[in-house]
Amino acid sequence: MNAVDMNQAAPSFLALFWAGVIAFSILAYVVLDGLDLGVGILFGATRDPDLRGEMMGLIAPFWDGAETWLVVVGASLFAAFPSVYAIFLPAFYLPVLLLLIGLIFRGVAFEFRGRGGPSWLWSGGFWIGSALAAFVQGAAVGAMILGVQVKNGQFAGGPFDWLRPLPILTGIGLMFGYALLGAGWMILKSPTPLRDWAYERAPFLAIGMTLFLLLASLLTVIQAHDVMTRLIQRPWADAFVLVGLAALSGVLRAIAARRDALPFAFTALFFLAAFGFLAAAFWPYMIPYSVTVANAAAPEKSLSFLFWGAGIVVLPVVLIYSIVIHALFRGKLRVAGH
Amino acid sequence: MMELGPLILSRIQFAFVVSFHIIFPSFTIGLAAWLTVLEAMSLATGQPVYRRLFDFWLKVFALAFAMGVVSGIVMAFQFGTNWSALSERTGAIQGPLLGYEAFTAFLLEASFFGIMLFGRERTPRWFYFFSCAMVALGTMASSYWIMCNNSWMQVPLGYSVVEGKIVPEDWKAILLGPVQLIRWPHMLLGAFLTTSLCVAAAGAWNRLRGEAWEESHVMLDWGLGLAAVLIPAQILLGHLAGEIVHKYQPAKFAAIEARWHDEQPASEVLIGWPDARKAENLYAITVPDLGSFIATGTWDSREVGVQSFPAKDRPPVVVPFFAFRIMFGLGVAILALSWTGLVLRTLGGLEQARWFLWLTFVSFPAGFIAVIAGWFTAEVGRQPWVVYGLLRTRDAVTPSLSTPEATTSLIAFILVYALIYGFGVVYFYRLFRDGLTKRMRAASGYDFHAERPL
Ligand code: HDD
Ligand code: HEM
Ligand code: HEM
Repeated sequence: MNAVDMNQAAPSFLALFWAGVIAFSILAYVVLDGLDLGVGILFGATRDPDLRGEMMGLIAPFWDGAETWLVVVGASLFAAFPSVYAIFLPAFYLPVLLLLIGLIFRGVAFEFRGRGGPSWLWSGGFWIGSALAAFVQGAAVGAMILGVQVKNGQFAGGPFDWLRPLPILTGIGLMFGYALLGAGWMILKSPTPLRDWAYERAPFLAIGMTLFLLLASLLTVIQAHDVMTRLIQRPWADAFVLVGLAALSGVLRAIAARRDALPFAFTALFFLAAFGFLAAAFWPYMIPYSVTVANAAAPEKSLSFLFWGAGIVVLPVVLIYSIVIHALFRGKLRVAGH
Repeated sequence: MMELGPLILSRIQFAFVVSFHIIFPSFTIGLAAWLTVLEAMSLATGQPVYRRLFDFWLKVFALAFAMGVVSGIVMAFQFGTNWSALSERTGAIQGPLLGYEAFTAFLLEASFFGIMLFGRERTPRWFYFFSCAMVALGTMASSYWIMCNNSWMQVPLGYSVVEGKIVPEDWKAILLGPVQLIRWPHMLLGAFLTTSLCVAAAGAWNRLRGEAWEESHVMLDWGLGLAAVLIPAQILLGHLAGEIVHKYQPAKFAAIEARWHDEQPASEVLIGWPDARKAENLYAITVPDLGSFIATGTWDSREVGVQSFPAKDRPPVVVPFFAFRIMFGLGVAILALSWTGLVLRTLGGLEQARWFLWLTFVSFPAGFIAVIAGWFTAEVGRQPWVVYGLLRTRDAVTPSLSTPEATTSLIAFILVYALIYGFGVVYFYRLFRDGLTKRMRAASGYDFHAERPL
């Protein structure tokens, strides 16, 4: 089989199913942990101990569950598309290291802050860790747009391939985006002055995010011809752009009108649109521009083993009770210690 | 001497991060079950002591769990970052197993865990208890999948090789193989023993300082009692694990025994210093014929030595040899400790025997050390294979990984872990020191009149 045939082989039902699960999990991670990371980033923007304490309280019950979506992404990739897992992680060796360290500091901060000792260290670790994690995730998106070098089923590039102008722009853009999600969450959840604090900052975050996305798009048009040709062949992808723009104006209007529930919802919609747009730009590649969904899939025996247990039992249950958990903590949260 | 390249650096890094990780699961698997028991006792008897204990151990659990989760996330990415050739070749088998681990963790741990920590006031009591039980079940299920995966790497079963990739052929053999069915309970009991000893030690420490009499009584009872019941089973499972090694990994068995040459009947090296260059043991204390008996139950079986394997298939000897003896020695020590406790309790002098309370107190690390020693025996003894007999460790490492990258990550993990775990130890210490004291309980509003003298 030559490369062209390989790329045109149709993925099996199970391969599509798992690709869908992974796409969904990425999206769930981006929205759920994105808001946690965003709150973490904004934590660095104030020194007021009351605001800081409340910020942590607003995400404390959720961050662990949100982070598990990342583990689900990693594990489903390893399980269903081992060759993608084996290429992606070495290609992003240093960013993954930074991500892990960022998440470590973010995670222990919840337990360590307020136990005495150097609280500046855990506070600093909390917001720098969150910012770092957001940046490398955004950078990875930019690097994927530029493509990943692969030889014989293994990564064949250098350690700093991911650190180029476009990834830096997408990295900063995502930091703004997550911060906007975080501000939306505070507006949604906080009954206190923290809500007003977040209202004041949200418009700047929205503008910052838009600015960096525009710059990144410009660079993409110049540098990433593969993506552009595919997008031109798929005019329906423009629908995502329209939804994104509508969501963005929704965010700004909701902030102006002070409708507590809406800024978060519109920001989440914006992320959904951006994600759909990227999926349209990459399909059928999982590692651009060499490994497709069809040729990365694990053998059917592995996929179906996973399907009958994890796919049709665990996943629906997870979904149902993720909803239950959020319902349990629904509405404004009064954070103890505040 | 091996040069300091990506391979050896990745091995050191993996051993380092996984050794730190396992400390927390081996504690939290038992703690989750312990909390469930406490909540059940509290529901059944209504005695406030169980609720006070629950609140205290929940704090310990929260701290341990957070550290277990962050170090576990690191593990989930190690296979891809540093062992991408392994991931690619065996992903069809290892991927689903680790995938199930993540899904189970997700299903039972992460979310019910939130209820355990934050949901007491927001949920009915039965549901709160149910959440505790689910977290406990989740930790055990996680360990099943992880052990399944590792047991498969130790003794690969139910696979076939298609176009250079190792793919599943028979999931039943992979999930319920004889190796897994012994190693998983051995690990689980290891975790329960670790927690039991910590619970007993916490009781002993408070009692020695004259604090929390009622609580320490309960903790000494449960901790020592559980250890006393579990340790014989653990030693039996250890014996069976040894038989498995003897059958499937003869080179590892020879390394554990520091047996360099074939012997019939085989002697047993109790202790000594294995010298790989001379292929003999220095300062050794040896018992004739015992080696055959341990291996097969007969006094004259022929046992194979390390030198009988081609040089490229020989595992290191020093680490498995000592690690095994540490684990075994601790197993015997735990037996002695817990049964002495049983005797003292029966005679009625447990709380008055200060020497014994001290002994119990200083035994808190025994479980952790035994668990890590057991893993070093199993994993170093498996070398030079990553998947025994199928894939060598040196062929498993990420091909694009450069020495500077691997050095950076290793140093970064060492620094970050030293910082985090250094403070973690301090916080654990404070929690245990102050958690059950009168001052602390007064501050959190406990009703002391409800407490009856023993
Ligand atoms: C799912 C698989 C798995 C599991 C559950 C464990 N390991 Fe492991 N271990 C590996 C999979 C592995 C590995 C990826 O396969 C390594 C890396 C290099 C190698 O040869 O095996 C390894 C290497 C490795 C080494 C280095 C051996 C050497 O290179 O000489 C040590 C000391 C440990 N591990 C210790 C542990 C501990 C303390 C564990 C308890 C949690 C543990 N392992 C669980
Ligand atoms: C090298 C293999 C391992 C990997 C890849 C791994 C991966 C992980 C991950 C990703 C988490 C966090 C899950 C979450 O978000 O809740 C975790 C936690 C956990 N792991 Fe591991 N782990 C490994 C070894 C082990 C072993 C050997 C055991 C025990 C037998 C174990 C038992 C647990 C448990 C019980 C938790 C829950 C957190 C805690 O109790 O501290 N893991 N692991
Ligand atoms: C005292 C008698 C004991 C014997 C004879 C024994 C035997 C063994 C053997 C032969 C192995 C290696 C299995 C392999 O390579 O696959 C092992 C591993 C291990 N042991 Fe033990 N053990 C004993 C006690 C203990 C105790 C007290 C603990 C913990 C509290 C413990 C925890 C472990 C762990 C965590 C492993 C690694 C996982 C595994 O390979 O199953 N052992 N043991």
